[in-house]
Amino acid sequence: MSDFWGSIFNFTDYGELLLLVGNSIVAGAVLGVVGGLIGVFVMQRDMAFAVHGISELSFAGAAAALLFGANVVAGSLVGSLLAATLIGVLGSRARDRNSIIGVLMPFGLGLGILFLALYPGRSGNRFGLLTGQILSVDIPQLGSLIAISIVVLIVLLVIWRPLVFDSIDPDVAMARGVPARTLSIVFMVLLGLMVAVSVQIIGALLVLALLVTPAASALRVSASPVMVPLLAMLFGFVSAVGGILLAIGGSLPISPYVTTISFLIYLASRLIGRVKGRNLRRRTVVSA
Amino acid sequence: MDDREPERAGVGAALVNPLDITDAALTLGGRILWSGLNLTVKPGEFVAVLGANGSGKTSLLRAILGQLPLDSGEIRVHGKLVTRGDREIGYIPQQRIMPAGTALRGRDLVGLGVDGHRWGPPWPSRTKRARIDELVAAVGAESYANLPVGVLSGGEQQRLRVGQALASNPSLLLCDEPLSSLDLHHQRGVAELIDEGLHQRRTGVVFVTHDINPVLDMVDTVLYLANGRFTSGPPELVLTSEVLSDLYGTPVEVIRSGERVFVAGIPEFPHHRDGEARS
Repeated sequence: MSDFWGSIFNFTDYGELLLLVGNSIVAGAVLGVVGGLIGVFVMQRDMAFAVHGISELSFAGAAAALLFGANVVAGSLVGSLLAATLIGVLGSRARDRNSIIGVLMPFGLGLGILFLALYPGRSGNRFGLLTGQILSVDIPQLGSLIAISIVVLIVLLVIWRPLVFDSIDPDVAMARGVPARTLSIVFMVLLGLMVAVSVQIIGALLVLALLVTPAASALRVSASPVMVPLLAMLFGFVSAVGGILLAIGGSLPISPYVTTISFLIYLASRLIGRVKGRNLRRRTVVSA
Repeated sequence: MDDREPERAGVGAALVNPLDITDAALTLGGRILWSGLNLTVKPGEFVAVLGANGSGKTSLLRAILGQLPLDSGEIRVHGKLVTRGDREIGYIPQQRIMPAGTALRGRDLVGLGVDGHRWGPPWPSRTKRARIDELVAAVGAESYANLPVGVLSGGEQQRLRVGQALASNPSLLLCDEPLSSLDLHHQRGVAELIDEGLHQRRTGVVFVTHDINPVLDMVDTVLYLANGRFTSGPPELVLTSEVLSDLYGTPVEVIRSGERVFVAGIPEFPHHRDGEARS
């Protein structure tokens, strides 16, 4: 029994380990913050399924890069941008979009498995792409992950207001001259970039835990357009960094820690949202 | 209606017309929606656009918004040819369900009208907050402006929509069935709010609706679209059995009951007979 818990939580030599994984923690922190933020738009644009679809193609790209000895981050980026652009161009209406994603997703996953099966290298690398491998990502790659996240953050800030307008109130936004088509393509590219980064850190199968769960939690607690992004970024940060900090001592991948933290935050948010919701309804009845 | 004439004459000379449509034609999917359309909306004038489904009411709004190019003719808004995102136009859409998890409070919906089209993140600003407060007060939405839009009733939402549309001080207000799916009480309230804006700000209103009754006493002019043809004029002259029967090319009966008007016998899908109607 102590072995079991020892493999999940182990804090011996924690200080030295912490130094070794310092860069991973920085990358996790940046991913948590930017992922939480883009998640707010993912939720408002109803694109959680798209995130999953993009991540499977991103996985295929990364697996291909692994097999052919190319840069894994680059491979993952190619896969994800390809998927994001396809979904963005072909799926402007929700129903089209879901069918395209439903078709792309298994194809991507199948390709990825094929490439992995052909790959002769260590098996740890193989499953890392599906379930997370931040601790095995080398420093130059971590640097590029952080750089990509920062680019995404900057572009998101620039298109913020029209993107909110278009996501929440598309008819009026269009009447006001917001360039909906361009915005939606730009957003898909940003999403593709963020998914590629997340695949490296938490794995293709679990990307939703950082790109959707934090924002979904935030939306449970607040409806303020300022508080929701701030909370989503905080929740993403706590999940990613907390997950890494708990994971480094043990021998398990970080993903279960990250997904569990973000899920617990979601549960707590639902509870808080419920209490708040009851109060809100009371107030509406009074004001009506 | 008549009592508005003097005030319009008093201010009218100095003002540009909110809307001038000259000899406009629009074809959509090979079907002529309307052609030779002329319509002028004067400052403070309330124009109701009526017609069956598919008669081109919403397309008319989209043409005025610059989203659909005309086949011929021209549309001028406040004296200038239409462009996308013209700040002289305020737009009020149909009420729609806002899902409970929408990151928006009532006042933020109004705020989108103030600066939602601008680039950059929404830095808090005192002028913006003051402007939103002013608009919220103008539409009487103070008591629910801080609630999430997801919990607001249709009527409350549409009041905020009016505030949102007025944010840029538009000279023309386009309304696309803003009262549908509201109960009678709220229909009246929202209609009065729109009418108020038109008196105070000398806005012109183009109001697309399938039911004229909630706004009948506010309407100066009716534009009735049917079968690729149209007719326009004061409601008492247009909404008669003779005029509408002639427009539809089939017997249509207009029934007046007290303050309300009902049109009976409109063919549901008039576009099947386009060819005949146009010849």
